[in-house]
Amino acid sequence: MFDLILTQTLNGLASASSLFLVASGLSIIFGVTRIVNFAHGSLYMLGAYIGWTLVTWLGPTSGLGFWGGVGLAALLVAIIGVVIEVAILRRIYQAPELFQLLATFGVVLMIQDIALATWGAEDKLGPRAPGFKSFVILFDNRFPTYELLLIAIGPLVLALLWFLFQKTRWGTLVRAATQDREMVAALGVNQRLLFTSVFAFGAGLAGLGGALQLPREAATLHMDLSMISEAFVVVVVGGLGSVTGAYLAAVLIGILHAFGILIFPKITLVLVFLVMAVVLVVKPYGLMGRRPVGAARGTATAEPLLRPADRAAKLAGLVALILLAAAPLVTPDYLLLTLTELVIFALFAASLHFMMGPGGMASFGHAAYFGLGAYGAALAVKWLGAPMEPALIFAPFLAGIAGVVFGWFCVRLSGVYLAMLTLAFAQIAWATAFQWVELTGGDNGILGVWPSHWAVSKTAFYYLALAICAACVVLLRVMVFSPLGYALRAARDNPLRTEAIGIDTMRVQWVAFTIAAFAAGIAGALFAFFKGSVFPTYMAIPRSVDALLMVLLGGVQTVSGPIVGAFAYAGLSEQLMKMTMYWRFTLGLSIVLLVVLFPRGLVGGFLALRERRDRSDKDGAVVTRLATEGAP
Amino acid sequence: MSALLEISGLDAYYGRAHILQGVGFGMGRGEVLALMGRNGAGKSTTMKAVMGLVPPARGEIRFDGQRIEGREPFEIARIGIGYVPEERRIFSELSVMENLSVGQRPPREGVPHWTPERLFALFPNLGRMRDRPGGAMSGGEQQMLTIARTLMGNPRLVLLDEPSEGLAPVIVEEMAKTILALKGEGLSILLSEQNLHFAGNVADRAAIIEKGIIRFTGTMAELKADEAIRAQYLSV
Repeated sequence: MFDLILTQTLNGLASASSLFLVASGLSIIFGVTRIVNFAHGSLYMLGAYIGWTLVTWLGPTSGLGFWGGVGLAALLVAIIGVVIEVAILRRIYQAPELFQLLATFGVVLMIQDIALATWGAEDKLGPRAPGFKSFVILFDNRFPTYELLLIAIGPLVLALLWFLFQKTRWGTLVRAATQDREMVAALGVNQRLLFTSVFAFGAGLAGLGGALQLPREAATLHMDLSMISEAFVVVVVGGLGSVTGAYLAAVLIGILHAFGILIFPKITLVLVFLVMAVVLVVKPYGLMGRRPVGAARGTATAEPLLRPADRAAKLAGLVALILLAAAPLVTPDYLLLTLTELVIFALFAASLHFMMGPGGMASFGHAAYFGLGAYGAALAVKWLGAPMEPALIFAPFLAGIAGVVFGWFCVRLSGVYLAMLTLAFAQIAWATAFQWVELTGGDNGILGVWPSHWAVSKTAFYYLALAICAACVVLLRVMVFSPLGYALRAARDNPLRTEAIGIDTMRVQWVAFTIAAFAAGIAGALFAFFKGSVFPTYMAIPRSVDALLMVLLGGVQTVSGPIVGAFAYAGLSEQLMKMTMYWRFTLGLSIVLLVVLFPRGLVGGFLALRERRDRSDKDGAVVTRLATEGAP
Repeated sequence: MSALLEISGLDAYYGRAHILQGVGFGMGRGEVLALMGRNGAGKSTTMKAVMGLVPPARGEIRFDGQRIEGREPFEIARIGIGYVPEERRIFSELSVMENLSVGQRPPREGVPHWTPERLFALFPNLGRMRDRPGGAMSGGEQQMLTIARTLMGNPRLVLLDEPSEGLAPVIVEEMAKTILALKGEGLSILLSEQNLHFAGNVADRAAIIEKGIIRFTGTMAELKADEAIRAQYLSV
């Protein structure tokens, strides 16, 4: 028993090292640039692939070939980091957080296809490290020496980072910039250079993590997203911006994994979730994290006011609804299928918008609730033998209950912490569907989720979907302009003031979170019956990003934006998929271009244009009134 | 001899609020100029605009004959303008020595070269707490540190935003002595101030700003003599 505990502990420590390298890089980059680098997992993956190529090329049998290859891979990834920072991120430091996150997600998509085109779809088995191929016997167990080396590398890098940050001028500047970038600039420090160097450094750490992992496991095209979600968990548990916290959390998660696989192989991720939950309840900003300095929202501009629809907008909505209702009379069958899908996605996007726009809570894992709705419907059909109607009613409750549970944790955080946490929860939901084969069929999904007899025809199902989705969207709209909606917006704009007038902001946000989850569940359940099957991909990260893109494309600041966005985006991605095999690259590139060209979003860009025009019109004494109110 | 700092027709906005409306004044080398006015008059914004922290919409800012408006804050700092913000903005997790090292720039010709040791002679309190984190210091000590940090960049002109605000009277006295000592070193100082008594002790000249417009410029003596101006723009 004792030897088992020992070897599993060592296993956990060994896997913690790479996780720590990636997470600390993520944390350092966030500290200085305030950008959550979604592409950090991709840099880790690139480290592994480039390492594989270099080591193979330099000769995996010689020590110089292996270690040289690993070192060079880290360096190359750092250079790739410079390219990403200079070409993309540098242009969007002023953009809203969400757009920055989206841009880095665009990079994720691009790197996925670049890796696919360069290294192919097959896994690349890593070379063993020369000099570390043997085992040591520990309590009658053979333990690979390479694992021991990895265990040593973690604390070594931690010590190195400590030295770098405490004892060098660069480190001092980085720490100062983490606290107040503007002041650092006002003292004569070139921020651009500092940001680029920090990004390169963080990227290099991720690349090193990937390359070092090679002798343990193969390089695959999936390692980017699985790493980034674990790194998010580590950063949230350890405390954003704390390198020591990241190490502690990486060790904790690593060991948890090692033992989890031994004891409950099916629910390792749930175990991780439980630990994260406990940590966040006790310390909302992580083990070593601190409450973000000041409640001020910095340079963010105020959100434009949401207005109830005027007569013209109501009329336009009605016309759109009539057109949609009349569509089956004229459109061919395949178009009707596309329309059904679009209608369902419009509800999905509207549900995300409800928590993101008025609620100010950006979810990076909204697909979890969509997927849970779909699985709820499928499970009801498969295990309870329920027909469509009760299944459709049952399914959203599964999503809603998950919303109650996950939401309870999420509303305790805000901004990027919240976004990371939602993503981590979505990964857990995804992994549960993927791993719990007995219940969900795992990767094979659940088939035969067909609608009731009356709704089998394409036209009938279309009308069913349209009726439910339109009703839900209108209901969500009504809620935006209800007292709940006002309280929600108040909590978004000024939480302290809102609490001071007697509104329990957390509770309001929790309710909104649950409503959004429930509505997404309805969309998911419809989707399950529409497709006739459910798969774990319904909950995967790309689907969450789909929803985000729809909302952002249409404009977070408008109520009808997500619906327009859903139609625009779903149409676009379908066309892309038809046109090119490398649709991910194309999609990623379009996201990046969109963000770089319109750093304040489409609607924001329009508003800024209008404001500039207004200003030159009214130049003079009219606006001085504002000066006395707004001047600090 | 041309002016060290020459501002003309400066406009600046916060969102839609038109904060500075054609601000213009100049100051000479070695001079201490007090920019005076009530809360919200535009004193801090003028300083931020000079520093490049608030982008000027229109107008000219010349430093030593060179146009600097539209340049980045770090470039403006490097040509010799030091900025001491009102809120102090000490790096609270960095020690006193580390705070100073962030501000450190190479020596500059024709202006005093500051080292931590010279600064500790000026601010003896700081010398006694070199390793203390900025966050664990009193308000007065932080105010000293933020000035010392800016001096580490060997500036030719220092923008001091409300140095006496929120400090105990004893510390305010000390602050006045410090400013006079810096003036003695040949430093030019633009200082924003609401306290006429304090400004009168340290400044050579004054400019009064109200609602983003300069209403008065002249020597301190002229301002002291002009009861009407003081009553109109400075009394609360």
